[in-house]
Amino acid sequence: MLAWIAGLILLLVKLAVILLVVLLVAAYLVWAERKLLGRLQVRLGPNRAGKFGLLQPIADMIKLLAKEDLVPEAADRIIFLLAPAVVTTTALLMFAVVPFGPDIMLFGRQIPLIISDINVALLLVFAFSSLGVYGVALGGWASNSKFALMGGIRGAAQMISYELPLGLSLVPVVMLARSFSLVDIVNAQTGYPFILIQPLAFAIFVISAMAESKRIPFDLPEAENELGAGFHTEYSGMRFGLFFLGEYVHMQVLGALIAVFFLGGWRGPWLPGPVWLFIKIIVVALIMIWIRGTLPRLRYDQLMAICWKVLVPAALLNIIITGFIILI
Amino acid sequence: MPSEKQNKARPAENPGSVIAASLKALGSGFATTAKHLLRKPITEQYPEEKRRLPERSRARIVLTRDPDGQERCVACYLCSAACPVSCISMQSVERQDGRRQAAWFRINFSRCIYCGLCEEACPTSAIQLTPDFENCRQDVLAMVFEKNDLLVNHGGKDDSYCFYRHAGIVTDGAGKGEHRNEHAPVDVKSNLP
Repeated sequence: MLAWIAGLILLLVKLAVILLVVLLVAAYLVWAERKLLGRLQVRLGPNRAGKFGLLQPIADMIKLLAKEDLVPEAADRIIFLLAPAVVTTTALLMFAVVPFGPDIMLFGRQIPLIISDINVALLLVFAFSSLGVYGVALGGWASNSKFALMGGIRGAAQMISYELPLGLSLVPVVMLARSFSLVDIVNAQTGYPFILIQPLAFAIFVISAMAESKRIPFDLPEAENELGAGFHTEYSGMRFGLFFLGEYVHMQVLGALIAVFFLGGWRGPWLPGPVWLFIKIIVVALIMIWIRGTLPRLRYDQLMAICWKVLVPAALLNIIITGFIILI
Repeated sequence: MPSEKQNKARPAENPGSVIAASLKALGSGFATTAKHLLRKPITEQYPEEKRRLPERSRARIVLTRDPDGQERCVACYLCSAACPVSCISMQSVERQDGRRQAAWFRINFSRCIYCGLCEEACPTSAIQLTPDFENCRQDVLAMVFEKNDLLVNHGGKDDSYCFYRHAGIVTDGAGKGEHRNEHAPVDVKSNLP
């Protein structure tokens, strides 16, 4: 009984720490993105709220919370109110299976630095990633506005299409690690990270992961200059904030997944595991911001052509080659 | 036909060179943004840093004075007539010494569009636009400027010009034929045929 309670408390503490860190990092990723984008465009970026604009995320949050929570008259009310939560929750839940470091000993107990090490963790990640589509598609549909609907349809089409190369690119990783568990995948990279032997899978995964997160070269669902704000056109206040938060949490999840699958997870010399994972997540996020500052948005036919004519065949080819080499 | 030729040349290119070219293009794009990251931002932080605007930029309107310190405005109503939004109004009056001037002169800046047509219309360089654009008021009635608010103690852009020294208008200062570059009046009876 005592052990059970201790386990529960431990789980709650881990959940609280991860939630706090993820939300705080999400807030400051927004700041970093605005600052870095500004510098990439030879501007200053936010610099009014606090030193270097460091209080900007807090000011933004106060603003979003203080805004009116508007629901359009013609909207499908319940779905409209639920959709933003779906986006943020699915992004947050993916962190449940990401290992943050090696097991540590505390008060004579062995504590794994992961919320739940389940044996089909990779499938769980894909399941949540697919569920995230509902937030976008239903949010766009429930708004009952043409721009939001267009954004929602684009989002659904894009995210379902890119799910395929996303999954296929990880099949060689699973073949090499012989497990769906993220802990085993990290442990399989003890000698060298998988990016060295699977560069093609890495490239396919990064491209489709960026399409999954609807960031700039693939931001068709919210294409500002065509669709207003796409699927979240009709949202205001903290409900828009949840979509926004979801995007930045998703960025961190992608950083974590890229780190776990290809960059050796929390493994690295000198520094402790969680620090290495954090550094890897931040580096991936900064590169995504750099990509956002450089590339223009793809056309819709180009988006689909890249997915079905380039990424899917390349991923399939990669599976065959990897399987062939493993057999030999 | 050049366009047909181009279309035919496209598929003939080998995919390797196409991929190489697109990778090169991608690389140059990322290099450009990386270079910009290291550049100093060109932002001017407005309330702290104020740029010196060009002399002829158009903002708050003033009424200037001639070199003697007298009002230049002769209340001819040309600015008021030229104004496309009718924001200028005045009442002319003749002084004891023969000069004309405005009894009152009013510009409604809440209506003014700062087009500068009044300045172009002015025959005496009296009404002029200045670069001072920070001319907002909380109260809309405070945007109505009277003559005292408009008058300044300098000649503005055309500092040495004085209308009454050139125009042949008889005032207490100068009679007929006494103005600059003015000939003595012709005795009309002397040039009869």
